[in-house]
Amino acid sequence: MSLMAMLALIISSTLVYSAPLIFTSIGGTFSERAGVVNVGLEGFMGMGAFASVVFNLTFADTLGAATPWLGLLAGAIVGLLFSLLHAVATVTLRADHIISGTVINLMAPALGVFLIKVLYGKGQTAPIAQDFGYASVPGLSKIPLFGQLFFEKTSGPAWLAILVAIISWYIIFKTKFGLRLRSVGENPQAADTLGLNVARLRYSGVMISGLLGGVGGAVVAQSISLNYSASTIVGQGFMAMAAMIFGRWNPIGALFASLFFGLSQSLAVIGAQLPGLNNVPSIWLQIAPYILTIIVLVFFFGKTRAPKADGVNYIKAA
Amino acid sequence: MQRSAQIGIGVIAVAVIGGGIYAATRGSGSQSTGKNNYTVALVTDGGGVDDRSFNQSAWSGLKAYGKDNNLKQGTKGFNYFQSTDTSDIKTNLQTAVKGGYKLVYGVGFAAAPAMNTVAKANPKTNFAIIDSVIPDKNVASLMFKSEQSSYLAGVAAAKQTKSKTVGFIGGIHGDIIDTFEAGFKAGVAATDPSIKIVSQYADSFTDAAKGKTIAASMVAGGADVIFQAAGGTGAGVFSEAKANNQKLTADSDHKIWVIGVDMDQKQDGAYTAKNNEKSNFTLVSAVKRVDHAVEALSNDGRKGNFPGGKTITYGLKEKGVALAKDSASDNVWSAVQSAQKKIIAGDIKVPVHP
Repeated sequence: MSLMAMLALIISSTLVYSAPLIFTSIGGTFSERAGVVNVGLEGFMGMGAFASVVFNLTFADTLGAATPWLGLLAGAIVGLLFSLLHAVATVTLRADHIISGTVINLMAPALGVFLIKVLYGKGQTAPIAQDFGYASVPGLSKIPLFGQLFFEKTSGPAWLAILVAIISWYIIFKTKFGLRLRSVGENPQAADTLGLNVARLRYSGVMISGLLGGVGGAVVAQSISLNYSASTIVGQGFMAMAAMIFGRWNPIGALFASLFFGLSQSLAVIGAQLPGLNNVPSIWLQIAPYILTIIVLVFFFGKTRAPKADGVNYIKAA
Repeated sequence: MQRSAQIGIGVIAVAVIGGGIYAATRGSGSQSTGKNNYTVALVTDGGGVDDRSFNQSAWSGLKAYGKDNNLKQGTKGFNYFQSTDTSDIKTNLQTAVKGGYKLVYGVGFAAAPAMNTVAKANPKTNFAIIDSVIPDKNVASLMFKSEQSSYLAGVAAAKQTKSKTVGFIGGIHGDIIDTFEAGFKAGVAATDPSIKIVSQYADSFTDAAKGKTIAASMVAGGADVIFQAAGGTGAGVFSEAKANNQKLTADSDHKIWVIGVDMDQKQDGAYTAKNNEKSNFTLVSAVKRVDHAVEALSNDGRKGNFPGGKTITYGLKEKGVALAKDSASDNVWSAVQSAQKKIIAGDIKVPVHP
């Protein structure tokens, strides 16, 4: 393998692996910035994956190549609706956030498989006909060297995810809505005193996380597994949560954390085929991503700080 | 109310409910004897009866047995007990024994320790285990020679490859997956020793993303036929091949072929090539006919010929394993068939460890 081909391979597989994590971890950031702990990301992803596959199987014939992109929308809508359960439980009914999130995680795969059984009469769906596959970004892929590495044979959803990360950063840190969202996550009492509607802001935080989590799940289903089964979403939601914390509750941080996870994962796989490294026992390459994560966390970050009122229910004084 | 009366009512309630449960689980099958009531139960492992792998295959074999003998699903005919976890298997085996089933299957090597205990405690019930060996007198062990079907897959891969490089992706290292790797490598080497074989393990049976990355690295390294024996991880191999093939014409020399495993995976390889042509990239599938084995063993038991204490090995000869043709060309297929004849005749001995 030439150096060029290898770099292109590492970049493209990093992007494919990271795309769902970027969406979902940014979703988690919105929710936690508003003060609602979100361990239910895994569940939102599961419902998003389910919805996108059902959508894809139903409409692939009529919509053609646009199907997977519209499938993202279907995943987003179902993820958003599902996240309302978490919002109602934690914001309105003041339940414990961890317990509500755990319920979401237990419910999503069971509900998904049950509905698949009702709809198709089997435990997992047939493979979808229209998927993301590899894309080249028109125009940009013509740039010499750079274009070949980053924009040819690449993952479309990953570039969308990077765009979403930048927009989210702008929303959270540069807009009025973002300031208010952060204030209810830091000090809901003060925010309430100043006339903000704490419940409404927290609802919107959770709903955005449901939307983006649903998109993340839809990306997994339509670019990696290409069908829906109980094993489509296993652990990616928790990886996204880790990326959110690693990224210090900042969309750009979450973006880089997700890319870092993707990079170390693809290096571990591709490293096994490099001359020199292929004599290293594979177990070392397998654990390398996790060791790298710990090292980076300990030496380069130190203490991370969650939003102050994260996970604390706000009870308005009468 | 007197305290003693309360206790009395409590005791009666427990007795009534307990007796009811006992009667319900005991079932009527155990009271009567005779051929019509050779009832069979199946205890799955974590995969469940829809895993598109050997649990599903075993269950369809049991359903076929029921159809052969006009039995219905339930305590008087055949049934399955789903385990969500390895720790459920023992409880499920015991429930099946209590339910009066004459023959109880345990699917997968994970069921072996539990079955060992339960079979010793219930010598009157027949048991059968798939993919493991238990030497007790009331247990029949069913083993599959996956190395033979994998050998044929290797022959097909060697005949198909244009780049003279093929890949093997395994789930988790162990005796069972070893048979696939060993057979495949032997098949490739016997057909054309100059072909390079790259092999890599995902250390997971569920991580499709990792399967995709491994497949991408193999494709970049020049492999154009990939055999995956990795459960859910294999889904990523199919998606990687599909993403590559969609940009090519259907008869391109750079087409990536995938070899299916356990069940016929032809439908996973369906795709649309560059010029809107419908095509398929599943070359062949190394299938394991657990259904045939389950159906045959149940029928043997019904006739009173239950092979207790024996290990029955299903190879190509017994039709316990096979290669499905899927999209292979006639040229590839004729090489496969001649190798198959040699294995059945015993002229080729396939290794079980790479």
